[in-house]
Amino acid sequence: MTLGLLAQAGDGVAPIDTPGVAWSALSPILVLIGGAIVLLVVGALAPRRSRIGWHAMLTVAVAGGTIAAVVPLWDRVHDDGPYSAVASAVGVDGFSLFVTVVIAVAVAIAALLTDGYLRREGLEGPEPYVLMLLSAAGAVMMASANDLIVMFLGLEIMSIAVYVLAGLHLRRRRSGEAAVKYFVLGSFSSAFFLYGVALVYGATGSTNLVRIARFLAANTLADQGLLIAGFALLLVGFGFKVAAVPFHSWTPDVYQGSPSPIVAFMASGVKAGGFAGLLRVFVATFGTYRLDWQPVVYGIAVLSLVVGAVLAVVQTDVKRMLAYSSINHAGFILIGVQAATDEGVTAALFYLAAYTFMVAGAFGVVTVVGRRGDGHHHLDDYQGLARRQPLLALVFAIFLLAQAGVPLTSGFLAKFYVVEAAIEARSFWLALVAMVSAVVSAFLYLRIVLVMYAGAGDGADTDPAAGRPRLAVPAAAAIALVVAVAATIGIGLVPDPLTRTARDATPELVAASD
Amino acid sequence: MLLNQFLLLGAVLFSVGVYGVIARRNGVAVLMSIELILNAVNINLIAFSAMDGAIAGQVFALFVIAIAAAEVGVGLAIVLVIYRNRRSIDLDEVDLMRG
Repeated sequence: MTLGLLAQAGDGVAPIDTPGVAWSALSPILVLIGGAIVLLVVGALAPRRSRIGWHAMLTVAVAGGTIAAVVPLWDRVHDDGPYSAVASAVGVDGFSLFVTVVIAVAVAIAALLTDGYLRREGLEGPEPYVLMLLSAAGAVMMASANDLIVMFLGLEIMSIAVYVLAGLHLRRRRSGEAAVKYFVLGSFSSAFFLYGVALVYGATGSTNLVRIARFLAANTLADQGLLIAGFALLLVGFGFKVAAVPFHSWTPDVYQGSPSPIVAFMASGVKAGGFAGLLRVFVATFGTYRLDWQPVVYGIAVLSLVVGAVLAVVQTDVKRMLAYSSINHAGFILIGVQAATDEGVTAALFYLAAYTFMVAGAFGVVTVVGRRGDGHHHLDDYQGLARRQPLLALVFAIFLLAQAGVPLTSGFLAKFYVVEAAIEARSFWLALVAMVSAVVSAFLYLRIVLVMYAGAGDGADTDPAAGRPRLAVPAAAAIALVVAVAATIGIGLVPDPLTRTARDATPELVAASD
Repeated sequence: MLLNQFLLLGAVLFSVGVYGVIARRNGVAVLMSIELILNAVNINLIAFSAMDGAIAGQVFALFVIAIAAAEVGVGLAIVLVIYRNRRSIDLDEVDLMRG
């Protein structure tokens, strides 16, 4: 039966003509994938253990190369406007390039953190870096996809690599548990996403975002059921990747169980990829149907803000706290998505860029404090940290205060811009919920800071942490932390360059001219 | 035409798959249920494609088949790691952390 159908369809179709491939438009993705392959080959030939972290250095170089590859593209987009390549399957615009840079930065920071972690745990090897680069390539694909097929490929490339990374620590049971939970729920949600893509394809007759947008703008569908069901399923898929309530249940477990430097990448790079896809598909493509999806995103944003803030407060494990706080942050970014305006997109992009440094830095400190075995993440392990290691405690305090949205840090401006976008889109209640949730989550961040500085967290014992060994901060991790702190404070003091860049970076769907 | 019947078959397969992921405790059975969902999508894609006479849906189905293979490869490896560490692939017993 199916064969008959296939033959039927095949009769009327002319031989497939393949489109020209504009390699330059793909250069950021090619650099990431090429770098991963080189790293894999070199890693197989060179000894696995060496005193110098070649693997991490090469990964940072590849991330730098990706940013370098973006520069000429950015100039071209700035001069000639956005364009799309490979038969309109890949879009090159300010938006995709901006997100590409954010993801590359996330890879670089996470790689620097991973180096020290792998040495401490005796797990040296190139594989984590290779997977991280491949995952980043998938995230970049999501950000620049102009076709739902490419979007799905990017989503899967990004996710499958991260499933493996979550289970990186083979001997730790919790790492395996995190991997299995992430994998089952992740592939479950990808399947929902895919079903949504199939329904949207059925309703609009195309998988190409440009053609879908044009079709939706030009036609009124007699029966919208298929399309709306497709929207809903796509939203489930994206909601899972960005850890929004009610698709968040995996987040605390996976963040707690996965190796800490990997979580730094998950919370920054993977989240950026997910939000990029969400903005591209919903704001840019389904913009004409915003009245149908905006209320749903509104609800998800409110739930994420409230659940993330409230449940974070009752945790005692710092990694779980940060996991719930990342759900809260996802709610903030969703406010920008919900506005569905250029201001909203700009605010969401600014938030993603600022959040990448804050969260990667915070998990960097968690990596160091976790000590051998990566198991010391209880609030008690942070007691009196300021006395033992004032600098490390200060750095952590800066990241936490930035996440709380204290002025003069990037976090304040990030929150300010999304709330401003919400108010301009006349979502007053959402802005109010956001502000209240910021206050509630500020309590959580201050609680960790207090534990570090006062040493008396839960009012239990005021034992000045005697006999605990001094934590060794690896040089690479120190570099990553310094960069993240500098960016967090720098963006807070001089936000203009980033704001202007984010403003130039709205997604635009342009059909290919070739 | 026939389209509704194919869509119905796809929806039934999808529901069976979702039920399997939620209700089955065996790790490998969960993987099989996820495969069922992906194949339900393939049926939908090919049915829509045959309706249109366009080839995009069929091409997409090929991509989905390839991705499903990759996903199952990684999934089985993860289940194997779990088995080595605890001699069981019962996913309900994987509960060191509770959320």
